[in-house]
Amino acid sequence: MYRTAVIGDRDSIYGFAALGLDTFPVTDPTEAARRLRKLAEGEYAVIYITESLAATLEAEIDRYRAERLPAIIPIPGVSGNTGMGIKNVKKSVEQAVGSDIIFNGD
Amino acid sequence: MAKTQVNPTRMELTRLKKKLVTAVRGHKLLKDKRDELMRQFLDLVRENKALREKVESGIAAANKNFVLARAGMTDETLNVAMMAPMQEVYLEASERNVMSVEIPIFEYKTRTADANNIYSYGFAFTSADLDGAIKSLSDVLPDLLRLAEVEKSCQLMAAEIEKTRRRVNALEHVMIPELRENIKYITMKLDENERSTQIRLMKVKDMMLEEAHHYKERQSGPTACTPPN
Repeated sequence: MYRTAVIGDRDSIYGFAALGLDTFPVTDPTEAARRLRKLAEGEYAVIYITESLAATLEAEIDRYRAERLPAIIPIPGVSGNTGMGIKNVKKSVEQAVGSDIIFNGD
Repeated sequence: MAKTQVNPTRMELTRLKKKLVTAVRGHKLLKDKRDELMRQFLDLVRENKALREKVESGIAAANKNFVLARAGMTDETLNVAMMAPMQEVYLEASERNVMSVEIPIFEYKTRTADANNIYSYGFAFTSADLDGAIKSLSDVLPDLLRLAEVEKSCQLMAAEIEKTRRRVNALEHVMIPELRENIKYITMKLDENERSTQIRLMKVKDMMLEEAHHYKERQSGPTACTPPN
């Protein structure tokens, strides 16, 4: 049985606690990296991470890209949508197809 | 000319021919795998895109509500309200095999079935905005979990497609042409050897006949009148 975690700044994620997801408020990138690694090795199958934090942890996140679990999914925080989530999808398409045929450059 | 050094022997030829058959077959299979993976990937990635747009707009709306809720309450009240969540989400992760790619399937279960259990606080001291905010976030949750599943699948499939594509290209543009080249080289070399053996035999036969019958002497003996060239 797996669980679901949310990492990010407190304002962006405190609401998820009410839904029953485990929230881990962190803002410092090194602290977040340590936390992420710990969660990924633990019982968490899905880890949501705010985009602003994910942007500083790309190397860490890429390590888990090729593994089946956990799924690390960027979500927009209170500070707004940085377009990183869609960028990740684009990256997948480019990796598979060789060029971006879904988004057509928008 | 063959790029690598090959022994022009019959055994090597048989070996290479077998290898070529395997390579061609493997190429065909991998190409089919790539095409099917690509088809499924494109469907999935379209779904991924739609889901992501939906989830992002949902979370953005929820965040707006949360900011409002936070503005209307003190930090302590909010902390107390969120301190002991009633609901918990458990995930059951199984996997599905799509063309030898193991993609995850998440099924989620909540600890209590009651949808109202997301409000882990008394309504007396919290603002009504918080209720709305939590409700809007909980509406996004199923899509959010589905997004995790789809996005992970997309990443895994993209990696597999890349690998398969490289293999197909390596077979198509390197392995198979090289094998064909080598086979051609060996066949030609063997034919050449055969011809040269044939010629040598004919020559030897000529020499032996000459030895036995002395054609030349007989020719030049009695009919000496033939003009020398």
